Amino acid sequence: MSNFRTPLSNVKGLGSAKEGTSHFWSQRLTAIALIPMVIWLAFSVASLPNMDYLAIREWLSQPFNAIVMILFIIAGFYHARLGLQVVIEDYVGSHGPRTAAIIAVTFIAAALGVTGVFSVLRIAFAG
Amino acid sequence: MAEFKLPANSIVKQNGKHFAAPEGATNTRRFKVYRYDPDSGENPRVDSFDVDVDNCGPMILDAIIKIKSEMDSTLTFRRSCREGICGSCAMNIGGTNGLACTTAIADIEGDITIYPLPHQPIIKDLVSDLTNFYAQYASIEPWLKSDTPAPPDRERLQSPEDREKIDGAYECILCACCSTSCPSYWWNPDRYLGPAALLASYRWLVDSRDDSTGERLDDLEDPFKLYRCHTIMNCAQVCPKGLNPAKAIAETKKMLVKRRL
Repeated sequence: MSNFRTPLSNVKGLGSAKEGTSHFWSQRLTAIALIPMVIWLAFSVASLPNMDYLAIREWLSQPFNAIVMILFIIAGFYHARLGLQVVIEDYVGSHGPRTAAIIAVTFIAAALGVTGVFSVLRIAFAG
Repeated sequence: MAEFKLPANSIVKQNGKHFAAPEGATNTRRFKVYRYDPDSGENPRVDSFDVDVDNCGPMILDAIIKIKSEMDSTLTFRRSCREGICGSCAMNIGGTNGLACTTAIADIEGDITIYPLPHQPIIKDLVSDLTNFYAQYASIEPWLKSDTPAPPDRERLQSPEDREKIDGAYECILCACCSTSCPSYWWNPDRYLGPAALLASYRWLVDSRDDSTGERLDDLEDPFKLYRCHTIMNCAQVCPKGLNPAKAIAETKKMLVKRRL
């Protein structure tokens, strides 16, 4: 198909989205937040007396553990969603599939994240 | 999708023509050169040339000119200054982008593969179509923009310290080695500006005489124009002028964060 737009017009396209810095900043903030929480999670799980169902439940029902776990789930899924968006933007070239993939990743991350938070709350409050 | 396989009519045939060295040559190097002729309707192929390097200058460009002069006059490539300042002879040499005129034959081991710059449309042989690359450079408006009129009796002043800030950014010769070595640029060449244009943009962002820094940042703040850079650093590795576009892009991102905090 012939394209009679000038090269400069093609490059300028629809102009700047005036967006991207909040994504960049959020991705780094969640990365910083995840560093201590991953270390905390690894040491906490490693120091449990045993790994059976009751021991994990008991540990997760402690208020501090439940709060940090919820923060970990929120930051983790938000970070994953931001990162996957970057991967999709890099490798999915056409507009339709790219938009669909970003929507799907957003919904899946939200569903899994809320499921995780709900599970922790239920253990914390229902005992 | 990102293209990981070449289209059928772009697949390179490895067994092209062979050109033997002249009789009596004792010290030869084999050059495997990408050839494509749009008029023939054939797929690209790789021709091999055994070059008598004892009777040839030391650089890759010397060998390519020797091939064109003495072995196959149909070989097509760009070259001009032969001293690394015009950027015309940028090509992929031994798998790495560089200038043929400043890359020594002795620095490449084994057979020397010569391809055009990666992931660009090919016009003929080693000549790639850089229309999009130049349009991207034009789109960042690479000139001084100031609402303050210049003093009528002298030039716009700049302190030596402010002048130093554009060192490492103004020396770019627009050879396109960096942008065409960047995977992010390969996958989104239509929307990602690429390291060369972003380095040029940074050169004006940090120029103390330019007062449109905010508008320049506005134009760059885009998931594709700027934020496709993932600090892969191929640009800095291949730059024949030793510049670091990745650092300039990182500094641009820092400016965008700084103005909102």
